Amino acid sequence: MSTVFIALQANEDTRPIIEAIAADNPQARINEAPAMVKIDAEGRLTVRRASIEDRIGRGFDLQELHINLISLSGNIDETDDELTLSWHA
Amino acid sequence: MDMQVAKKKLGLKEKYQVMTRGLDWEPSYQKKEDIYPYASYEGIKIHDWDKWEDPFRLTMDAYWKYQAEKERKLYAIIDAYAQNNGHLNVTDARYINTVKLFLTGVSPLEYMAHRGFAHAGRAFPGAGPRVACLMQSLDEIRHAQTQIHALSNFNKHYNGLHDFRHMHDRVWYLSVPKSFFDDAVTAGPFEFMVAIGFSFEYVLTNLLFVPFVSGAAYNGDMGTMTFGFSAQSDEARHMTLGLEVIKFILEQDPDNLPIVQRWIDKWTWRGYRVLTLVAMMMDYMLPKRTMSWKEAWEVYFEENGGALFKDLARYGITMPRCAETIALEKDHLSHQAWGTFYNYGAAAAFHTWVPEKEEMDWLAAKYPQSFDKYYRPRLEFWREQAAKGNRFYNKTLPMLCQTCQIPMLFTEPGDPTKICYREVDYQGSKYHFCSDHCKEIFEHEPEKYVQSWLPVHQIYQGSCFPEGTDPSAEGFDPLAAVLQYYHLEFGRDNLDFEGSEDQKNFDLWRGQATKNG
Repeated sequence: MSTVFIALQANEDTRPIIEAIAADNPQARINEAPAMVKIDAEGRLTVRRASIEDRIGRGFDLQELHINLISLSGNIDETDDELTLSWHA
Repeated sequence: MDMQVAKKKLGLKEKYQVMTRGLDWEPSYQKKEDIYPYASYEGIKIHDWDKWEDPFRLTMDAYWKYQAEKERKLYAIIDAYAQNNGHLNVTDARYINTVKLFLTGVSPLEYMAHRGFAHAGRAFPGAGPRVACLMQSLDEIRHAQTQIHALSNFNKHYNGLHDFRHMHDRVWYLSVPKSFFDDAVTAGPFEFMVAIGFSFEYVLTNLLFVPFVSGAAYNGDMGTMTFGFSAQSDEARHMTLGLEVIKFILEQDPDNLPIVQRWIDKWTWRGYRVLTLVAMMMDYMLPKRTMSWKEAWEVYFEENGGALFKDLARYGITMPRCAETIALEKDHLSHQAWGTFYNYGAAAAFHTWVPEKEEMDWLAAKYPQSFDKYYRPRLEFWREQAAKGNRFYNKTLPMLCQTCQIPMLFTEPGDPTKICYREVDYQGSKYHFCSDHCKEIFEHEPEKYVQSWLPVHQIYQGSCFPEGTDPSAEGFDPLAAVLQYYHLEFGRDNLDFEGSEDQKNFDLWRGQATKNG
């Protein structure tokens, strides 16, 4: 199974997002590099709006991710509630 | 950030429909083929443009909102960095040569990308890709501007950054990135999208921005880190667009597959050759290193690109054949490139140097197959010679590859002791190539590549001297005339880092920053 990843800037905006991703994706590996965090996961990775909102205590629009996003891989599917990265093979 | 999330009137999918296709219309008094004259000549067949979907479903209103937020953050940091004399916090002044190379070699490409995506967007009959190209075109001009603004701070203090735009169109090594992008924007709109949107943005851009920008942060350059990551936050969208383009084209018609595969093969190689400069920046020019070029290639191309091509196998797409050659080069690329720039350090607008002993140890650890055997002895020899006052500067001009325009510095695949030469006879002239891949690209489109503006040929033809120069005059110095034409000041912008004005000023200013003078 191929690995997908999402890389985010390391800052106060992304700390709860990274926590939410780690909680929702037990297979994810968090790799810290200078000023950034790269999260790798086998096959699939999901970012859930509700999990982020639980941690930040306010409404969150998943498109806010664009502000601190560095890079990603995989096929993307985004709805109001979830952003999913996956490979078909 | 304190962003309020308004209650939505439409869901993401409905809003995307309304704000892209909903804004399109069918022409009534002009023929479609007259409005979109470039949509079919490349041979790509599209039957239903409405099948196009942007997976991020970003619409223009949301685009402006998030881009404005990115800009506010970016300029706050750039101002703070300048106000605090942040340039004195970089590891050492050698680091600044990476931003010189970035500003002269990469930032003008951002501007060309802006033009390229504006053109491609205009050329596509579908509303979805048109909107996505419009956003990317705006992103790219933002990148050019923010890079120029952020790096202008270094221009106040250091040499070699004063005329980057002039240099980009003239200086020998800058013809490599320049000709790469000129090649892409002069292709048709579909090839441009595969070249830049897919092959460069999706397959290769992580190698430019992620490890290098993380490296800038590691070396204390907050300005570069900030514009780099701000640009990269757009790249995630660009990569998505690049992947969508490929899938969309391949799903539309089976006849598209061979055309797309050829473009992927060509542009993966073309882009990889440009990244030679990045390989050298990572391994030799960052005083503190995060990862080697080889490691970055393994993570971002072999692992991530491998997953990508496995995913695309369902369309019949295969890994570009050049990947085998690249795998053989990864132990050698950065060393051969830096050796070449060390040679031609009198004709470059940045400083070169021999790495220190502990840096060579790091290189030996990262490149156990190659560094100690092939490259350390040469560097040590150069260092001994420099210590004796014989710093070596190569005064002859190198032969260039007709396709990638890089000097013939690469070795035969599998034999790092022999320079790789290939040649083709075409209409009575001989053309030279650095590799089988550059040769094959030429052979498929010789009409295009015979037109290459090769800096070495142009110097020998007398096209690279200031106006009014008389090369037949007594005591004419061709190198001095070429540097004047480049707007490159001899003794300030070029030569070894050791003894440079940058080195002296940085030491002086850093001293003033940490104690009372």
